[in-house]
Amino acid sequence: MSLHDDNKQGLIEWCKRGEPMIWLNAAAVTVSTMAVVGLLLLLAVRGFGHFWPAAVVQAEYNLPSETAIPILAERVEVESVPIEQLLSAGFKIDASEPFVKRELVKVGNRDVGGADFKWVISDYLENVQYPNDVLVIERREWGNFYGFLQDVKEQGKIVASTTTDSSAALLDFQERVARASDIHDQIAKIEKKEIGSINYKLEKLRLKERGLSLNKDLSAASRQQAEAEIGLSRAELDIQYKALQGQLAELYTQWNRDSYTILTSSGQLREQRMATVVKAYQPNAMHIGQKVVFYFQKFGEFLTDEPREANTEGGIFPAIFGTVIMVLIMSVLVTPFGVIAAVYLREYAKQGLMTRIVRIAVNNLAGVPSIVYGVFGLGFFIYFLGAEMDKAFFAEALPAPTFGTPGLLWASVTLALLTLPVVIVATEEGLARIPRNLREGSLALGATKAETLWRVVLPMASPAMMTGLILAVARAAGEVAPLMLVGVVKLAPSLPVDGNFPYFHLDQKFMHLGFHIYDVGFQSPNVEAARPLVYATALLLVVIIALLNLSAVALRNRLREKYKSLEM
Amino acid sequence: MSQSEVRATASAYRKWRQVKDGIATATITTGGIGVLFAILLIFFYLLFEIMPLFESASLKEGNQYAASSDTPSLYLAMEEQAEVGFRLDRSGRADFFQVSDGKLLLSKELPLNNAAISSFSLDSEVSRIFALGLSDGRVLIAKHDYRTSYPSDKRLISPELRYPYGEQTLRLSEDGPIDQIAISDSDDELLLVAISNGKLIGRRWVKEEDFLSEEVTLVEESVDLPVLDISADRVLVGPGQQWLYVLSNDGGYRLIDLRRVNVADRGYLFDNGKLSEARFLLGGISLLTANDHGEVGQWFVVRDAERESGYRLQPVRQFDVPMGGSAALVTEHRRKGFLNVTKDGTLDVFYTTSHRRLLKRDLDIGAVASMAISPRADTVLLENTKGMLYSYELHNEHPELSWSALWSKVWYESYPEPDYVWQSSASTNDFEAKYSFAPLAFGTLKAAFYAMVIAAPLAICGAIYTAYFMAPALRRKVKPLIELMEALPTVILGFLAGLWLAPFIEKNMPAVFSLFLIMPVGVLLFAWCWAQLPVGLRRHVPEGWHPVLLVPVVLGIVVACVTLGAPMERAFFGGDMRAWLTNDLGVSFDQRNALVVGIAMGFAVIPTIFSIAEDAIFSVPKHLSYGSLALGATPWQSLIGVVMPTASPGIFSALMIGMGRAVGETMIVLMATGNTPIMDANIFEGMRTLAANIAVEIGETEVASSHYRILFLAAFVLFMFTFFVNTIAETVRQRLRMRYGNL
Repeated sequence: MSLHDDNKQGLIEWCKRGEPMIWLNAAAVTVSTMAVVGLLLLLAVRGFGHFWPAAVVQAEYNLPSETAIPILAERVEVESVPIEQLLSAGFKIDASEPFVKRELVKVGNRDVGGADFKWVISDYLENVQYPNDVLVIERREWGNFYGFLQDVKEQGKIVASTTTDSSAALLDFQERVARASDIHDQIAKIEKKEIGSINYKLEKLRLKERGLSLNKDLSAASRQQAEAEIGLSRAELDIQYKALQGQLAELYTQWNRDSYTILTSSGQLREQRMATVVKAYQPNAMHIGQKVVFYFQKFGEFLTDEPREANTEGGIFPAIFGTVIMVLIMSVLVTPFGVIAAVYLREYAKQGLMTRIVRIAVNNLAGVPSIVYGVFGLGFFIYFLGAEMDKAFFAEALPAPTFGTPGLLWASVTLALLTLPVVIVATEEGLARIPRNLREGSLALGATKAETLWRVVLPMASPAMMTGLILAVARAAGEVAPLMLVGVVKLAPSLPVDGNFPYFHLDQKFMHLGFHIYDVGFQSPNVEAARPLVYATALLLVVIIALLNLSAVALRNRLREKYKSLEM
Repeated sequence: MSQSEVRATASAYRKWRQVKDGIATATITTGGIGVLFAILLIFFYLLFEIMPLFESASLKEGNQYAASSDTPSLYLAMEEQAEVGFRLDRSGRADFFQVSDGKLLLSKELPLNNAAISSFSLDSEVSRIFALGLSDGRVLIAKHDYRTSYPSDKRLISPELRYPYGEQTLRLSEDGPIDQIAISDSDDELLLVAISNGKLIGRRWVKEEDFLSEEVTLVEESVDLPVLDISADRVLVGPGQQWLYVLSNDGGYRLIDLRRVNVADRGYLFDNGKLSEARFLLGGISLLTANDHGEVGQWFVVRDAERESGYRLQPVRQFDVPMGGSAALVTEHRRKGFLNVTKDGTLDVFYTTSHRRLLKRDLDIGAVASMAISPRADTVLLENTKGMLYSYELHNEHPELSWSALWSKVWYESYPEPDYVWQSSASTNDFEAKYSFAPLAFGTLKAAFYAMVIAAPLAICGAIYTAYFMAPALRRKVKPLIELMEALPTVILGFLAGLWLAPFIEKNMPAVFSLFLIMPVGVLLFAWCWAQLPVGLRRHVPEGWHPVLLVPVVLGIVVACVTLGAPMERAFFGGDMRAWLTNDLGVSFDQRNALVVGIAMGFAVIPTIFSIAEDAIFSVPKHLSYGSLALGATPWQSLIGVVMPTASPGIFSALMIGMGRAVGETMIVLMATGNTPIMDANIFEGMRTLAANIAVEIGETEVASSHYRILFLAAFVLFMFTFFVNTIAETVRQRLRMRYGNL
């Protein structure tokens, strides 16, 4: 072969031996693997980069024949553009060089300037510096704010000022931010948890009342009694609600107590409420250790926080939670059915043409487009089964549908159906690998078929089942198209599991990591601002799915090793 | 314990075990069959949802009763719920009655001032405004109207007759009766065109609203009309008041442009026969004309640059009905369908867009005089010449679809020519839904084609090398890595394709295209140089590690192409290849185009094809290639001559399965294209695929509507296509496995 040839060859000889084709085939492998690695790297760099506190640059953007604009921004990306493109776009710039460096900077202050991002031509940035006292403020609304802190105010009175003592003012500022966020958490707790629970109970009462009016065979006495009970509990809930309202009003005044003034790059002085601040930091003043700590804090927030600003900021906790719950329910459904079907096909059904056809059909179902399952789920589960269930069990809530609308249960069932072939195929493969003599040995000792199955076959096939389940979970976690039809939403008002009886709300809509990527990346009003978040979400999803798959591969290998010794 | 006791317990235990075994068998069998049944259910449920699309209409007889007056009717109509009917007779008596039993609810005499009715015209089914031409040259305008109220939770429909322009009549002709009349009423204008003494008369009333009192005053204007050279027997005015159609009984027509006051087109609707009916289809764009030779034609105005007037009246479709002329032709109020009944009582139900006859029925009710259809198109009311009324229930849920409407070119209203169009909804009610699967199927195949162009060579070449040439140690690492690709959620690929790759390609187009060319050339160049290196140096790299050697080469070529891309763009394309494409080549360019989809979806199907093809090549028995090598063939020769022919069915099935995956992929296409349903093979334009179309539209459809079922049909098509392709692939693979077993 070529690598071990002793003499050099001529070109024609070389071609005749098929060497060029071998090299081209090798190149195909290289390109494919590099594409995978490159994709993972791209996701990793962009996704992980998102949490790093970027330096904030202060400069004057001085385009010829235009007034200079002060800039205070984070650098996002740099690219080089042919000069013609800029000239044709109407820039009056010096056209001596063929290419110009242009960069995207995040200027924030959307409520002041209108846009978060700005393209600038690098050559015209003057007086570039990185002042230490730039403050980056993450806000609950309107995105980031970049500026220089001036005064800290309590009820409109200045209590600290950077002009007198900047570090003390900053410290005071941070303390008050912490206090405001504390109150914010309390408010959120009352509004979401406690008032949410009262509303939930009130809704239950309303349904009960309606159920009473629908129930025709109830005697007048018992009806009256039931109505009286409902009235009583409603009054009780109303009292609780009033009390909470009072608490909330008090908290809100507390929350709005403090404010601060901040100087923008253009010299504008703005006064803003402390309540709007999520987090404030001075990236230019941080040393590397602080940055690392900050990085992990941000990463933690990303995993555990609720999304803000139409999902473009904040965390993705509800999406992670929704994905996990959906996958769990799906696993509970798909495992027994998949295993039973595989056991039936392999151990009980008479092998022949029929089983072969069924096997081909099951294999093929794994290749049926997932959107078809979505359509089936929507039509059959939701509009047919769900609507019938509503008529039978939730008549009092009609015309508002309970199960006759997309929700967690139907999403899980649809995905269970979608992943059923995966589990069946994997389990069957595991069953087929178990040597016949083991079964025969067990039967020869007098065990019944069921006992053989339960004590010998299934335990040995369990790694295969696990493999199937893991592959099913990996597929379900990444599937989006069918979920869009059967229950996933952009923003779910509450988690499908909460403190209200029955704690587990199968009829609720939920959020999902994959759909989150689609929605934030393509349906959000501010795609540029949301992009880093989408990369981070995508990375998280890839990591989860890669881990699941690798563990499936590892399990499969262990299983193969295990049976090698049995094959005599 | 005695021996018999032991035996008894043992046998009881054995029995218990037998029972358990039986239970297990029963559970597993029912469970297994149940699961397999559930899988079958998908197929049957989809079929169940789409079957109604292909059903014909059905008609059920209802009641019959005598009409409320003896005079023959001029106009029959029903309100929304088909509970109350309206009948206007030739003497000017307007009766409202219950459709179910004919009970008279309200009877009014129209204020005709002793004149007789000489002609009648309906503005539109939706506005319910009609005009009566009188024998004294005047015109009366009225409207049958209904109010719905719910006293004590029961629906009550109270009919009334209203006069939107007052009870007084408008004078149109000074001398002689109004022989024919056409009315067109819009928010701004009221237009009346009449034929009196063979002359065409037009009058327009502009509505001027006092913006303080909001009172409307009518300002009369005369309308200029060209002199006609045919006998005007019928006039119709289209909506928008641009087109006036004048028809004569022998089929001659004149199309008059009211804005420019000229005859835009002239000709004949049919060669022989006599005109028996002329009506507008919903929306007033299409004109339906029936003659006594059993022809109903659909016509509409299309642009025609070759004519001076710029327009022509185009025959679009023809429907065949029994001979003898139609007694009544009514159009549906919400859809583009119509019903025709002949004088001897043969009823035909048609739909125009799908060019479909949904029902043909001989009604045994004697000679028919007039007919009405309810707004929901579920009740038909017929009157015979003896003054008897017959009501029928019509069940015609999904007339919009036919094989030709789905897959062939259809001439849609206002289109200059027949075309393939998918446009399922619009903001107006009189919109003609365009359900052609052709652009969607084309988009699906286009996306799959570009994906396969990218994926097939990479995956198969990669599989050949990995299975046949690669060092086992390297193979153990490469194979799982590529298979990991298969598990990557497509939503991530779609997101990267839409937000990263699409702008990247747009910016670096010359680089991307040169990459396709330079990559193979560069690799070969490197290989040749490598072959020229001294053997001692080459020996350091063990056999089967070529791909690792190529990593820096590929990387270098990519970097070189991207950095050289911009200077190339300057040198060859004036600094902007995109503008060059559009301006110099005339190729339109979308940022999210087929190339982006091809690369992203290619990426998604590479692992599928790779792993199946690799398995097929790897499991070719080794003794075959050893034999070939022993006979002196080079490794490449034994691969081509021995291994590939054996493995080719496996590679074929790999390609089929990859194709199936590309066809059904949703998220990548949804995110990496603009989702416009166009039919254009241009690599720089997007497409809409069947799968993406379902994802985009199914959330907004009404359950069980035609559109909903058509989306189910799309899902069914996808299901059948992939099932078919996969079955072929699977059968081929099973055969191959058996063949390997025999080798």
